[in-house]
Amino acid sequence: MSNTTSRLVIATPPFAKRSVNTPMIMRHVIYALIPTVIAAVIYFGISALLLIVICTATCMLAEWLSTGRGPLFLSPVADGSAALTGILLALTLPPGLPLWMAVLGSLVAVFFGKLLFGGLGQNVFNPSLTGRAFLQASFPVALTTWAPPMGLREFLVLRGDSFALPFTRPVFDGLTAATPLAKMKFEGQATDWISMFYGGIPGSLGETSALLLVLGGVYLAWRGFLNWRVPVGIFLSVAIFASALHYSDPSRFPDALHHLLAGGLVLGAVFMATDPVSSPLTPVGSWIFAAGIGLLVVLIRQFGGLPEGVMYAILLMNAATPLIDRLTQPGIYGATKPVKEASKS
Amino acid sequence: MSEAKTFRHGIHPPEHKELTAGRAIERIKFPDRVVLPLSQHIGAPSRPLVKAGDKVFRGQVIAEPGGFVSVPLHSSVTGTVVAIRKHHHPNGSLAECIVIDVDHTSAQTLYDGYARDWESMSSAQLLEEIRQGGFVGLGGAAFPTHVKLAVPEGKHARWLLINGCECEPYLTSDHRIMLEWADSILLGIKVMARILGTEKSYIAVENNKWDAIKALRDRIPADMPCELVPLETKYPQGAEKMLITAVLKKEVPSGKLPIDVQVVVQNVGTAAGIGDWFAFGQPLIERVVTVTGPGVVHPTTLLAPVGMSLAEVLTHCGGLTDDAREILFGGPMMGTPQQFLDVPILKGTSGIVCLTEGQLQQRQEYPCIRCSACLDACPVYLNPSSLGALARAGKYDDMIGQHIMDCMECGSCSYVCPSNIPLVQRFRVAKGLLREKQAREKAA
Repeated sequence: MSNTTSRLVIATPPFAKRSVNTPMIMRHVIYALIPTVIAAVIYFGISALLLIVICTATCMLAEWLSTGRGPLFLSPVADGSAALTGILLALTLPPGLPLWMAVLGSLVAVFFGKLLFGGLGQNVFNPSLTGRAFLQASFPVALTTWAPPMGLREFLVLRGDSFALPFTRPVFDGLTAATPLAKMKFEGQATDWISMFYGGIPGSLGETSALLLVLGGVYLAWRGFLNWRVPVGIFLSVAIFASALHYSDPSRFPDALHHLLAGGLVLGAVFMATDPVSSPLTPVGSWIFAAGIGLLVVLIRQFGGLPEGVMYAILLMNAATPLIDRLTQPGIYGATKPVKEASKS
Repeated sequence: MSEAKTFRHGIHPPEHKELTAGRAIERIKFPDRVVLPLSQHIGAPSRPLVKAGDKVFRGQVIAEPGGFVSVPLHSSVTGTVVAIRKHHHPNGSLAECIVIDVDHTSAQTLYDGYARDWESMSSAQLLEEIRQGGFVGLGGAAFPTHVKLAVPEGKHARWLLINGCECEPYLTSDHRIMLEWADSILLGIKVMARILGTEKSYIAVENNKWDAIKALRDRIPADMPCELVPLETKYPQGAEKMLITAVLKKEVPSGKLPIDVQVVVQNVGTAAGIGDWFAFGQPLIERVVTVTGPGVVHPTTLLAPVGMSLAEVLTHCGGLTDDAREILFGGPMMGTPQQFLDVPILKGTSGIVCLTEGQLQQRQEYPCIRCSACLDACPVYLNPSSLGALARAGKYDDMIGQHIMDCMECGSCSYVCPSNIPLVQRFRVAKGLLREKQAREKAA
């Protein structure tokens, strides 16, 4: 054998590599949302479908336009994070929302929620929730007008003024209904937990069935693509704080089950708070983060002006994440008592 | 299956050990020439005792230690010294080597090959014997064995840990040694335990090698204070600190050595070599090398003389396949890529892994999504995600405060990263620059 080495390359180890990559994680999160998306389309018909398609397409387009406009498969759009942002945003919106508002929310989610910070991995807040917070602040009425779910037979019936022209006042001539949280807050009326669990209640697209969301979350946790500590911690925390209030005055405060199943809690806990970019790195940090969200949800729902508090709870804890990370740095192997390094500058 | 111990974190890459695990150790015939680098170990290079034209015998000392942290070098063949000159070294440098042409008329019997009466020797005598045998750690790091066995004043070794983990993918040389040379290993352990005055020895083997666990367990005499500990199969368990944590549930303090927690760790191959030195006087002149990977035609477990060239070893194994692109000395996680085929096998060369085109494909790097997979993998509990961001920004000084110097470069972070960020690669650069800077500051 000669000493010819022209076909050898010199690279650096390690040469073994796990097959999981970031676009694959994004793809699987989207797969886990498919049952919820299908349920939303069944319950809310074409309005829901339009919202999901418009939000997803707008988010992808916004990402593509602002990051080079090269071939799609080479641009950051290919990593799937923009599509995921769009789907998640759509799932937090009420079915009859005028589509121009959805477009606006999507643009805010991508531009202000993500790209302004430097793109994927750099954002402080969950992009979808940033978009939704903007819509909530700008169009509070449209964002809290809920169409009741109907069956597939009414698939083609629009659930609101979907095609309202931008900056005109949308007309809600269809039926509207109150969400379980609003019913509880403003009418003191409980919704039975079975319908909240299986679905078919008024609310945002992704809020109706806790069961399908949990199934998606279990799948992701099983594949190792989801930090299970966050949803488990949030559920525990909500259960503890809600129960404490409930037992102090059962007539005023609903029980833990109501809090767990109503509104966007499951969607937020499983798919929003677990966004790794805007949540803490360490297990201890994850528990603190989850406990904080649970506490804030119960506080906002019970003592705030709004019936729902999941969005703000998550956004507030997103803001606290860098601090949590700083306080929960892992203690290194073989650390000697004070881990103070003489870092001279 | 009995419950297996392990350390926290770590990874489990595909093992690929089936290529060679079933192949018995095969002695390769002597080559025409061997090239023996004066530096095959950590520490000062050895000083040559021979010159061109000298006749040397197999097992004869041809270079003396260049200091305390150094070992003598023995000729691995009977033949004639051709030259002492610079030659390609597997570490990528040009290094001083003794080049010896093999005398094919010789029977290649051992020079001075006789059994040592180790039981009548004192601890100091045994230690000196081991130094004379030219032993270094055979697991890959090649640290002089007698230095590790010389317990500093005021310290005491309670436990001797024999490392049979072989946690790198592909490699199976330690596996074969445990299967075939159990008695040599046990003799080596007895000698080392006597030198150290330890209470107990442990042989730690990962549970992907049940045949080796059984083979060794059956051979341990009832009166020998030695226990076989099966470990869960996980990388980098063969790292000294991880092994100590897995077996004894102790953490070696940052910046300290195993002896600070009363432990000495030695590789199974080293133990077997020491056993053979006392049994029939064979110094460290040959070693078991796994030649494997999809890039080599016939994966083989070889017993090769130290100094044999990579090219000849590969030829013996049927050569490289057409799509072979990378040859590593050591495993795929921490091995050293080779540029030239004339580099010699060293005392510390545990395996030659040949990888193909498909295993080297460039992967697109994505932004860090803070998924924390690297934190869950790091065996020393660093925060590779944050360190990676600092390294990328060139903020090397800030990395010290995040304990970059505790990184042992095992590569687990790079292995798990879904965004394909070259974390350990950047850490190596950072550590190199930081060390240079410290040296400069010291000099100033």
